[in-house]
Amino acid sequence: MTWKGYLRQDGRKGIRNYILVVYLVECAHHVARLIAQKFPGEQVQLIGFSGCYPNEHADRVMNALCTHPNTGAVLLISLGCESFKRNVLHENILTSGRPCHTLVIQQQGGTKKTIDAGSEWVSKTLLQLEKIPGTDMTVADLTVGTVCGGSDATSGITANPAVGKVFNRLVENKAIAIFEETGEMIGLEEIISKRGVTPELGMELKKSVQKADWYYTQMGHGSFAPGNADGGLTTIEEKSMGAYCKGGDAPISGLIKPGDIPQKPGLYVMDVVPDGAPKYGFPNINDNAEIVEMIASGSHIILFTTGRGSVVGSAISPVIKICANPQTYQHMQDDMDINAGRILSGLATIDEVSKEIFELIEKVASGTPSCSEALGHQEFVLTYKTFTPTGPSCLPGQ
Amino acid sequence: MKKYIQLHPSDNVLIVIDTIKEGEYIEIDETEIYIKQSVPVGHKIAACTIKPEESIIKYGVPIGLATQPINKGDYVHIHNVKSAYIPTYTLQTTFIETPKTLKK
Repeated sequence: MTWKGYLRQDGRKGIRNYILVVYLVECAHHVARLIAQKFPGEQVQLIGFSGCYPNEHADRVMNALCTHPNTGAVLLISLGCESFKRNVLHENILTSGRPCHTLVIQQQGGTKKTIDAGSEWVSKTLLQLEKIPGTDMTVADLTVGTVCGGSDATSGITANPAVGKVFNRLVENKAIAIFEETGEMIGLEEIISKRGVTPELGMELKKSVQKADWYYTQMGHGSFAPGNADGGLTTIEEKSMGAYCKGGDAPISGLIKPGDIPQKPGLYVMDVVPDGAPKYGFPNINDNAEIVEMIASGSHIILFTTGRGSVVGSAISPVIKICANPQTYQHMQDDMDINAGRILSGLATIDEVSKEIFELIEKVASGTPSCSEALGHQEFVLTYKTFTPTGPSCLPGQ
Repeated sequence: MKKYIQLHPSDNVLIVIDTIKEGEYIEIDETEIYIKQSVPVGHKIAACTIKPEESIIKYGVPIGLATQPINKGDYVHIHNVKSAYIPTYTLQTTFIETPKTLKK
């Protein structure tokens, strides 16, 4: 299938064409929100970083999001005294070929004047965005990420294996596919290390799982709870596989950190666990923190599997929700794009559901809103984190 | 309706999708198997005979080792399977570098 996308200067192609209104500190959040709210139902979205003190990770992710293929233009809202490097961000966005404007509330003269100036710029820029030429796109131009949230005993036997098959097909079709949660790969170190395209990458993958195990233990998390056995899980390996099988079984081409953008098609693991001693709390405070990191690494679409029933969507990239549990699906149909619970009801096979997901990816990429998009979900969160740069053995040949 | 699914072609366990009751007969590979013990939804039964120390394969990968002979159709769970993962894997045995020595 071929559809029309938006060609960006760096050669990447977008499936959406948003203007982002970005607050660079919580103090600018309200002003940014009021600007974005003036354009309901239009392609204007609100994202931001709340912290006043600098953080390299937040800087990097914000730069990646503002130059994401689904982003068409960016309005930066600064209070004025926060330490976010707004000039560097502004320059990077302009260099990427996107319209960008920065408003500093303290220089504008307060809330009202900034809202007026911001709204004027957005109105003008919306017209400009219409002129961006369309370009042919196929699955090979896509980056797809997957996360799970609100999991239950059904997630690992319906939705996750179905997504695994979708991932195999994405990789066969030369797309980039990203999965994560090294904390849910504990017990699978040997299996995962054999899947790296080089032995060095295999070793890095193994180390990333060990880091997750160590980090979660520091945070007071166990890996295998007695309740798991009641749900039918016998070993830690089996529990981890339930989440891990979302990644399918293609060879792993690289291990990336949030904001690293893979340069070659293939399957990638994202390491979301911070490096060094635990400093800012849990690796990710909620599912959206993970979604944002996947988007920062270029994901056009997120496949979100849920058993208990999550309703979240995201700013920038559509979230497709795959419901693992047939009862949850019946109860929360409006929020669910795919009923993978049919596998459990004996009404569909894993192959049939995976085919349905693959077709929906193409449909959503060509412009059809996913359920969370249609319901207006645009959740966004970005927090403090610490990462060391990704080493060369993590991305062989790139 | 079929009472179980196979997640991967190389799996030697099947996942129950409709509770199987004790005394029931179910068909696995065209053989009628007598069920000795009830098995709830989401739990596993053996797709074939599994010898002690043989790997339990689910999702196409080993998820543990049989601790006793398991017959085709038997309930497979913590009573006849152990983890192959280092059971004493604790902080003391961790083999990653401690953060202090991590390269900045």
